[in-house]
Amino acid sequence: MEEAPALPTRRGRRRAGGGGLRYPAWLALPALAWYGAFFLAPLGFIAAYSFAELSGFAGVAFTWNLENYRYLLDPLYGEVFLRTLGLAGFGTAATLAIGFPFAYWLARYSRARTLLLLLVVLPFWTSFLIRTYAWLIILDPEFPLFRALDADLLYSTQAIYIGVVYNYLPLMVLPLYAALERMDWSLVEAAGDLGDNAFRAFRRVTLPLALPGIVAGSLLVFIPLTGEYLIPAILGGNKTAYTGTLIAQQFSEAHDWPFGSAIAMIVIAGMTVVLVAFSRIAARGEVASG
Amino acid sequence: MGRRVLAAHAVLVYAFLYLPIGVVFVYAFNGGRQTLNWEGFSTRWFGEALRDDTITGALRNSLLVALGNAVVACALGTMLALALPRMRARLRVPIDALVTMTLVTPEIVFGIAALVFFSHAGLELGLKTILIAHVVFNASVVALVVRARVVGMGQSFEEASYDLGAGPLATFRQVTLPRLAPAILAGGLLAFTFSFDDFYTSFFVSGAGTSTLPLFIFSSLRFGVSPVVNALAVMILCLTIAAIVVAYLVLRRSGSRTATGI
Repeated sequence: MEEAPALPTRRGRRRAGGGGLRYPAWLALPALAWYGAFFLAPLGFIAAYSFAELSGFAGVAFTWNLENYRYLLDPLYGEVFLRTLGLAGFGTAATLAIGFPFAYWLARYSRARTLLLLLVVLPFWTSFLIRTYAWLIILDPEFPLFRALDADLLYSTQAIYIGVVYNYLPLMVLPLYAALERMDWSLVEAAGDLGDNAFRAFRRVTLPLALPGIVAGSLLVFIPLTGEYLIPAILGGNKTAYTGTLIAQQFSEAHDWPFGSAIAMIVIAGMTVVLVAFSRIAARGEVASG
Repeated sequence: MGRRVLAAHAVLVYAFLYLPIGVVFVYAFNGGRQTLNWEGFSTRWFGEALRDDTITGALRNSLLVALGNAVVACALGTMLALALPRMRARLRVPIDALVTMTLVTPEIVFGIAALVFFSHAGLELGLKTILIAHVVFNASVVALVVRARVVGMGQSFEEASYDLGAGPLATFRQVTLPRLAPAILAGGLLAFTFSFDDFYTSFFVSGAGTSTLPLFIFSSLRFGVSPVVNALAVMILCLTIAAIVVAYLVLRRSGSRTATGI
């Protein structure tokens, strides 16, 4: 998301001589007020809700206990969390495995690069919902491709996994490309001239330089996947529960907002851990590659 | 090494990316009532979709929210982008973190948080609450796009304007705004499409009576894929793709102008 708009400025930055425009800091206030009122305050509300419990028919009592969290220790929910981690881990690994060679090709060998990059961005910026439901048509046993294969993947776990890889691939490719695009390929050739074989040159030169892209891409795929709801709901036929499914259920069917808030807090906690861990990896990578 | 293999892989990736979009396009023109049963080319489902009051109502809501959201997000995001570069790191770093958080927090978490908040704040759920929630992450999108340009611009024109006696407001209006306009427009178009396509946030803060196009599509998927939904999807895809291509062209043109003109 951050990468594409940055494209036209690379040229300008060289001329800017650092700094940029001098405008007063108070211009940030309206946006900060908006974030405070409609982003931080709501997050504060669900933090408070996660320590509350249902009372009566539709009321909530702020009892400030850990009951909701204790409830989540039930193996039933543990299973859902593990399944979600599995989905996020698979999504990250698969998009990396498919996206890396692709971004490598795009950065090193392709012609008409900007256009080809736009073609990757385009599906990502069109409706997530439509791109997901399109797979309902493709995975239908009646669809020509699968009629030939005699496979029925509709509403299966495989369908969810396909949908995940499909939807998140551009999010992985963009930061990978941004990192590889800055590569000085003569370094790789130099490593070869100095006696490294292709694999060793890749491991010692390309990989460390691509690491920031790998980290950024993994974050952009992994974090949203921990709250994924739409893909399992549409392609999995809502048969398998993930963390996102649980949260949505508490708010659309069960009306247990305190419990739903507690699950959301787990997602936020997990997100924080992942962000910190990844920023450590990125920092170490920067030190390693000088 | 392996250059051919990589190129073949890339072709497969593009095929994978565009297969579903192509499939929706093709089947939207199927005259038959059942999506996968091809009964000849027809545009009848586009007509049916546009005659359906539920759909046109949802379309109207989606356009209203996306437009309002784009305007507010542009104002907030541009101001933020102007303020940030010169801010002391002690202030800037946490604000940067906050902006990033609004973009990476799983949308479902933000959606339910906004729902809990709105119901406590006594705001009636509807178009207004959808718009307020959409602006949160779209202001960040605009801020990122505009800021990339602000940082790259340098300030010699602004200094010249001050030297010639123009005040801050006049300088902004006559010098900065015209130079930023392409980035603001591009950011606004992105904000428009993100809002127009948004499902998660709208799903939780729309309330009972209000529908947007993504919400309509989601609820109609319970009955499986229908040709009307396909036709609707094609119209939405065309609208978003047009907006994105315009944003891209505007940014690219302004980029090349920067290189030669400043």
